[in-house]
Amino acid sequence: MTDEIKISIRNLYKIFGDAPEKALAHVHAGMSKADLLEQENHVLGLNDINVDMPAGKTTVIMGLSGSGKSTLIRHLNRLIEPTAGEVLVDGDNILTYNARQLRDLRQHRMSMVFQKFALLPHRTVLENTGLAPSIEGKKTRAYADEATKWLDRVGLQGLGDQYPHQLSGGMQQRVGIARALTSNSDIMLMDEAFSALDPLIRTDMQDLLIDLQAELHKTIVFITHDLDEALKLADHLVILKDGFVVQQGEPQHILLNPADPYIEDFVGDINRARVLRTRSVMEKTEAPVEGLDGEVDHDDTLESVISMAEGDTNRHYRVMRDGRQVGVLHMRDLVRALVPSERGTDRALAS
Amino acid sequence: MATYDFVFDGLGLREWCGGDDAGGGLMSMDALLSETSGEATEVSAWDTPFPSLDALNEACPAMPQSRDLTSGLENGFLAIKDGLQVVVDPLTQPLSWALTNALWLMQAVPWWLMIPILMIVSFAVGRSLKLAGLVGLSFAFLAFIDYYDYTMQTLAIIFVCAFICVLFGVPIGIAMARNDKVQRGMIPVLDMLQTLPPFVYLIPLIFLFSVTEPKLYGIAIILYAIVPVVRLTDLGIRMVDKEVIEAADAFGMTERQKLFGVQIPLALPNIMAGVNQTIMMSLAMVVIASLVSAPGLGVLVLRGIRSLELGVGLVSGFGIVLLAIILDRVTKAALARINASQH
Ligand SMILES: Nc1ncnc2c1ncn2[C@@H]1O[C@H](COP(=O)(O)OP(=O)(O)OP(=O)(O)O)[C@@H](O)[C@H]1O
Ligand SMILES: [Mg+2]
Repeated sequence: MTDEIKISIRNLYKIFGDAPEKALAHVHAGMSKADLLEQENHVLGLNDINVDMPAGKTTVIMGLSGSGKSTLIRHLNRLIEPTAGEVLVDGDNILTYNARQLRDLRQHRMSMVFQKFALLPHRTVLENTGLAPSIEGKKTRAYADEATKWLDRVGLQGLGDQYPHQLSGGMQQRVGIARALTSNSDIMLMDEAFSALDPLIRTDMQDLLIDLQAELHKTIVFITHDLDEALKLADHLVILKDGFVVQQGEPQHILLNPADPYIEDFVGDINRARVLRTRSVMEKTEAPVEGLDGEVDHDDTLESVISMAEGDTNRHYRVMRDGRQVGVLHMRDLVRALVPSERGTDRALAS
Repeated sequence: MATYDFVFDGLGLREWCGGDDAGGGLMSMDALLSETSGEATEVSAWDTPFPSLDALNEACPAMPQSRDLTSGLENGFLAIKDGLQVVVDPLTQPLSWALTNALWLMQAVPWWLMIPILMIVSFAVGRSLKLAGLVGLSFAFLAFIDYYDYTMQTLAIIFVCAFICVLFGVPIGIAMARNDKVQRGMIPVLDMLQTLPPFVYLIPLIFLFSVTEPKLYGIAIILYAIVPVVRLTDLGIRMVDKEVIEAADAFGMTERQKLFGVQIPLALPNIMAGVNQTIMMSLAMVVIASLVSAPGLGVLVLRGIRSLELGVGLVSGFGIVLLAIILDRVTKAALARINASQH
């Protein structure tokens, strides 16, 4: 990968309990999470996590409840201290930071959006949005313009003087996002930021985030337990189970090559035609090919190609990216990719 | 012969007890009775006394009697009293001073200034004209029946004591909320303050200070009334939403900013509920404290009891109820305003 790495997690372990060091030795010796809980009465929160998060991209961490997602994201700003391992931000190991450096990291370089919004109920929407500058000691007057700008950007024009309890859940989370943006940090941590919202509002918020990201190119770490949301937002997808990383990589690749029955279960119910892109199932070739039935974009969903081909499986299309051919799409391959088949065949297809 | 002779004989302690002649020292009532009746008491198994200090003393004069225990405590207290006074006296002197001045001030301000001031204060706190009207009417009524001075004295004492309760109670509550060890240490103390009958700690206080000093009743009231504000501050701060605290941390607040900018404001409804309780308990204690020279309506209640003046007792009791209603309404109105702004 040529992408610049913004956050890098190295051999991170977190064990909850009275004597985590001792328990860590058992984990190194190969004890499982269930055994550790039963025999040592310690909870294995994170087990040897290694993740690189590319700058300016969205990394989504996905897993079932209790898999350690919240624990992991809280290590990035040290709301939780690890038992062992390193967290590098811009190449700096933040675990060596003293209290002042850590506050600086939290004030200027990272911001966070919470599942239950976590707004301060006794401050107005404007004051909540300006939390980061107010912590630096700026007066309301000094940050009002900046805060209002971001409130407008997330669609909350003219609501600055309201109190959080006067807003709906979706609007409160928009304040949460505006608050994170007002801190002007490069990194945004989002812990199940949309999970408490109902489906329609949730889709709106996802679209808002995609819009913002196209414009701002923040490094976003987004947590969810919803695969549709993960696939919609992720540039890099990390799947956690019982505190360890089962698989990580490009979402389309994971979808086509699930490394584990756990992930097969996860991706089994997804509408693949709507999620998979032509680039993921095409035959890679730049050589000109004769007798094609038309052109498609590399980022088109399979669904749109199927409707274009009117269901005919004998067609072949040229796949274009920025006006250049990058591959050829055979409708047979496309149809085969729609069925989550045995791993062996999927493998062969992708390579 | 006493019931428990065999214990000392069996253990070979007869020597230590000072020989056979049981009955040295002060005799218990039973022993005296049996002696005068002149019969050797043959105690049946049914009547075997519990091996208490007195019963054992009967068998062995070297054992202390139970009255030695109480007088020992008393002597012990008297022995440390002087040392204690040297420390406690100057520390509590500001309390005497505050009480004396507050009493003077509340009575020095003429009624036609005082009643409007109290109405304005209650309006400022509760933002309700009805409430201010109630306050004005109540004080006018108490003044009309010539209880104005007593009422002002009671009010002055409550203001000073409640203020000091908040001044010390809120920081103690904060310390308890921030540190589990402090909380574990404080809870038994608070439990004790809350359950000890106030008369019990009045006694050592009387030994420590002279009865004429205002701080005597001041301390008694404060000890009694401080408990709710401490408890509710602790509870309020611990109940602040964990995610909001996390947000404060995640955006880089210092501990100080978090305490004053988040925890205290969010705990305010609970703290105010504690202040309300504290004021009500000071009012209850003011009556008891008039036993040790606290002025105010309590003195009249006491007079009613002492000289059986039914009318005085009833009217002053009614005055206290009226005061309680006003104080309760005003603090509850403040509480309601805080709640309304947060939820
Ligand atoms: N303070 C703690 N003490 C003990 N165990 C903990 C603590 N915090 C988390 N855990 C355990 O660590 C594991 C991971 O928890 P975590 O909250 O990170 O899960 P999650 O993936 O965020 O789940 P959810 O989707 O429910 O939020 C769980 O087994 C949990 O019980
Ligand atoms: Mg979680």
